[in-house]
Amino acid sequence: MHIGHDHPHAHGEPPAGLDPHAPQRDHDDTLTYFRKLEIAVRELLIEKGVLTADEVRRTVENYDSRTPEGGARVVARAWVDPAFKALLMRDATAACESLGFDMNVFDVTLTVVENTPDTHNVVVCTLCSCYPRMLLGMPPAWYKSRAYRSRLVRDPRAVLREFGTVIDDAVAVRVHDSTADLRYLVLPMRPAGSDGLSEPELAALVTRDSMVGVTVLSPVQR
Amino acid sequence: MKGYHDIGGEPAGAIPMQEHEMMLWEKRVEAMLLLLSQKGLLRVDENRRGLEAVGAEIYHEAGYAERRIQSISTNLIAKGLISIEELAAKVADIEQRSDVLP
Repeated sequence: MHIGHDHPHAHGEPPAGLDPHAPQRDHDDTLTYFRKLEIAVRELLIEKGVLTADEVRRTVENYDSRTPEGGARVVARAWVDPAFKALLMRDATAACESLGFDMNVFDVTLTVVENTPDTHNVVVCTLCSCYPRMLLGMPPAWYKSRAYRSRLVRDPRAVLREFGTVIDDAVAVRVHDSTADLRYLVLPMRPAGSDGLSEPELAALVTRDSMVGVTVLSPVQR
Repeated sequence: MKGYHDIGGEPAGAIPMQEHEMMLWEKRVEAMLLLLSQKGLLRVDENRRGLEAVGAEIYHEAGYAERRIQSISTNLIAKGLISIEELAAKVADIEQRSDVLP
């Protein structure tokens, strides 16, 4: 399962035989003030030798290559490997590097918070949109929205209910407010009924939203 | 006084749940931010300050990438890496060209 794309594709049906993820024209080609500004700044920086067009292209590709599947690999490993989990909770950057993730692209500290039967964790960035991009890719629109940023810290249980997530009153809800330098990833609880699944099968159960903490993983139906 | 970006705890409406794929130009804004940061030319804190100086209207009404490119351009001008005149001339040039959209 390609969990980076469990939403409907917004860019329409690609012509037969073409990679649907290949770079393509933006669907809205209106040349707005801000789009002109982006083109102007980029071209000036390239003309002045500050950036190269190739660097910009490769950086976009690097962002595109980071999807929630990365975070899901980390979570599945933590479920099956207690030593890895201990390292992950102590030094998440080192743990992720041990799985081959390039964590140096982003100069930030990553902290993993673990859901337990007593505690549910959920992440926000009230001041901006800080997000563990190195493991989850770009944040979804709702994460950057004014409503989510405003309301989660005030009434997290009500916000979670909007995501269809009901946390029992006996379970504490902890809200973590990210900063530019400190990003959070939620380690969801391993779902009931997942005994005996392989590590890749476990990873396929892990959703983006569960690693932000707005959902919990459903029991496995077998 | 709280800045207009400091919205944690404020009342607000329902969470907008629709997903949307980032457009290429929006990704390029993120790519420029990261590259400028890696080259030591624009620190993340400077970008944050730039975002918090775009004005409440742009901050709340413009799109995410829109306020970020506004912040980048303001910072680059303040640092002398580009000038207002160059930027204005480049925008005028872009308006005459047909090749600017990817």
